[in-house]
Amino acid sequence: MKEKAWRNDAEAKVTGRARYTDDLKIAGMLHAVPVYGDDVHAKIVAVDTEAAAKSKGVVRVVTARDVPGGNRGGQILKDVHVLADDKIRYHGDVAAVVVAVTRPQAVAAARRVCVFVEPLPEILDPDEALAPGAPLVHEEHGTNLIHRHVIHRGDVARGFAESAFVVEEEFRTPFVEHAYLEPEAALCHVREDGVVEVRGSMQHPYSTRRFVAEFLGLPLARVEILGTPMGGGFGGKDDTAALVCARTALAALLTGRPVKMTYDREWSMRESYKRHPYRMRYRMGVGADGLIRAVRCRIVADGGAYCSVSPWVTWRSTVQCCGPYVVPHVDGEVSSVYTNHVFTGAMRGFGSPQVNFAVEQLVEIAAERAGLSGVEFRRRNMVRRGSTTITGQVLEGHAVSMSEVLDRVLAASGYEEKLARSSRGRGEGDYYGIGLAMSYRGVSLGAEGTDVCAAVVSVQFDGSVLLEVGVHENGQGAESAMILLLAEELGVDRGAIVYRRPSTSSVPDSGTTVASRATIMGGGAVSRAAAEVRRQMAGAVADDLGCRPEEVRFVGGRLTAPGGRSVGFAEAAQRLYRNQKYPYALGVFPAPHVDWDESCGQGRAYFTWVYGCQAVELAVGRRTGRIKLLNAWAAHDVGRAVNRASLLGQFYGGMAMGAGYGLFEEAVMEEGRPCSLNFDTYRIPRSTDLPEMTAIIVENRDPLSPSGAKSIGEPSNEIMAPAIANAYYHATGRRCLRLPVGGGK
Amino acid sequence: MRPAAPKILVVNGRSVRLTAADRRKNLLDFLREDLDLTGAKRGCGIGVCGACTVLADNRPLRSCRTLVADVLGRRLTTIEELAAPDGSLHPLQRAFIDAGAIQCGYCTPGMVLTAHAFLLKHPEPSRAEARRAISSNLCRCTGYQQIIEAILAAAPAYKKKE
Repeated sequence: MKEKAWRNDAEAKVTGRARYTDDLKIAGMLHAVPVYGDDVHAKIVAVDTEAAAKSKGVVRVVTARDVPGGNRGGQILKDVHVLADDKIRYHGDVAAVVVAVTRPQAVAAARRVCVFVEPLPEILDPDEALAPGAPLVHEEHGTNLIHRHVIHRGDVARGFAESAFVVEEEFRTPFVEHAYLEPEAALCHVREDGVVEVRGSMQHPYSTRRFVAEFLGLPLARVEILGTPMGGGFGGKDDTAALVCARTALAALLTGRPVKMTYDREWSMRESYKRHPYRMRYRMGVGADGLIRAVRCRIVADGGAYCSVSPWVTWRSTVQCCGPYVVPHVDGEVSSVYTNHVFTGAMRGFGSPQVNFAVEQLVEIAAERAGLSGVEFRRRNMVRRGSTTITGQVLEGHAVSMSEVLDRVLAASGYEEKLARSSRGRGEGDYYGIGLAMSYRGVSLGAEGTDVCAAVVSVQFDGSVLLEVGVHENGQGAESAMILLLAEELGVDRGAIVYRRPSTSSVPDSGTTVASRATIMGGGAVSRAAAEVRRQMAGAVADDLGCRPEEVRFVGGRLTAPGGRSVGFAEAAQRLYRNQKYPYALGVFPAPHVDWDESCGQGRAYFTWVYGCQAVELAVGRRTGRIKLLNAWAAHDVGRAVNRASLLGQFYGGMAMGAGYGLFEEAVMEEGRPCSLNFDTYRIPRSTDLPEMTAIIVENRDPLSPSGAKSIGEPSNEIMAPAIANAYYHATGRRCLRLPVGGGK
Repeated sequence: MRPAAPKILVVNGRSVRLTAADRRKNLLDFLREDLDLTGAKRGCGIGVCGACTVLADNRPLRSCRTLVADVLGRRLTTIEELAAPDGSLHPLQRAFIDAGAIQCGYCTPGMVLTAHAFLLKHPEPSRAEARRAISSNLCRCTGYQQIIEAILAAAPAYKKKE
């Protein structure tokens, strides 16, 4: 019998009882919809709202003139105009919000808002955007360069001089849509205590609170974001979700009534940020011994109209630009650039899927030149315990399990035998091939930003437990993982623990639930809080048990002394209450030390790493060119499995999304306007597009993670596309340097 | 001119009297806004993603592309009806939970109903048939693998019913 899966929200979701934002109603609620212009770059002359304001049912039309606080938002640069004022910078800029009694009335009136503009020259190519004299997307920024990271290690001239040969290729990747099934939604009202209360579909409540508070000119304490079930995020429900909440909150403030704004899919796909398209030029020098001597890369990311988190996304690309390989001489530049495209930001992988697509093909191209197999070339060059990374970080203090995950995938897939059978463009009938890719992934935020998480554990008088953690349930099962970890720490049944959906007013700012950081950071905070509660409870009963407090064990709902004497968990809690004390703790987990020198791109970038390898077996129609995935395998060292079924779900889901990236996903733009506005024109994988998948869980507990667990959400997603590209090459003999592989047939 | 006689819509075994205005409504909006049956979700609004799936006479229907008037006289089932009146879960719902087939949950109601309609007709599916059965419904979280396992695990319960 397989172990049954468990999550705290499964029953509500499978019965339809779970209430997502659009499922909620508040008496007297109004409906808001956004108004877009039709340009991609234009000076706004006027926004005429008169006709719309007179339309049936309309209560208010909100424009930039109505903003009481700051109309500029942004997590790094405050360059987003929450409501467009001076210019339209991309096709999804919102010029007004129409608020009406019913949603159809708001939709009808929105068509009567006129945005009068003077068109400006469009900037759509990142390379042209960087040319001298190019028109500027943000004049006050002075340049279209958002940010440029560099990495300088060793002496590349010497490295290339020492090389027996050099391979050089250019790779490109497209815009990609997150395609969370639930479009953006927000429901806001001003409470009787003057606090603006916000529910919405988001994965970064604390950032949303900052956006809303700044936009409304309120202190943070006067804005409360309440966790609400959400239909997927994948990194995509950060900035745009916050903007939708901010505009809805303003509508509620101005009308004095609750306001709901629910996005149509078309608005969501038009306005919401995408995964960055990259253009990546690589040179790799390899010695006669098959060791990589030098890498030079020049990478340009299309940041679109706003900065968003482009500098952070491209920082991860910088750190991981050479894949999981030791390279003594590196000269890299990764630039993000403003254009009039839809802005780009966080998406599952966060700058790694692009560089992995390039590097994992480049090493195979180099291997072939060196007369080595791709696997042998990787073995000679990959990081091991004690290796120094391209940023000068020595990998130690955790299991560097690159060869373990590689070996597990090779064995499970029967790789060598299948590689020998791969058709390489020869033979009759459909082409057949297998390929693999591997990566190491820095866990959590790394040196990109402040990384800390809080948890509150409060044991009640009857022994039941309330848990709040500053991580958000995006659908991945974060709440359940936190409950299971706490149950283990306190030795109580998971049923005794209630995960209280945290509000931004009750748990200190714990950052965003992205970067695959919920389990490791939230779990760390839970462990710290639980340790403190255990100290309190053990202290209350140790004398009676005849032992020292630190000897008390928490198992099976009891506190037990080494000699076997014990007291029930609830009884121990009650003793504290009777002694005028609380079994209550705030646990804080600051991420272990990292450091970074931005001037040369050197430092201890991440405190630990996840090692992963994936293989794909596929067939390609000889005449049609259609790719059919036959099998897929993934091995990742997750540190430790906390909730096995949810962990498997992250393996499969990440591989599926990676397969879409590899096979056909592309948000097509024409003259800056998105052509893919719904699921008829933007294809994501259906069940029949996917093969049977094998997940191989590798567990080497991480000493730097209090729970022992690391990450999986992004590792599982970031190497599927290059594995497909390599399998496609082994099948057809053709290299695909652009995504989607094989032109997306 | 006399107003048209009110018509009846049967939803989850309950008869709902309709006005002429109700009959012109989009079925998904009517279920969600008028009947407060919010289990069916709007994912795309164009009948592609399947999040709005309900059953009409045990056949999957895209409620976002259907008018109330189009389903008069048919028996509608939404996700809210699948569990027993006492709240105990349907074996298929139990199987979804036990297999870990649920993540964000937004596709889940439509996915469960599509699988239910399929299993009513095909109580002994192969793995490939189960995979094909849900190809009409999009899920971005799970990669479908555990959903397929849930369908196969629930199948015996359908066979016994016959």
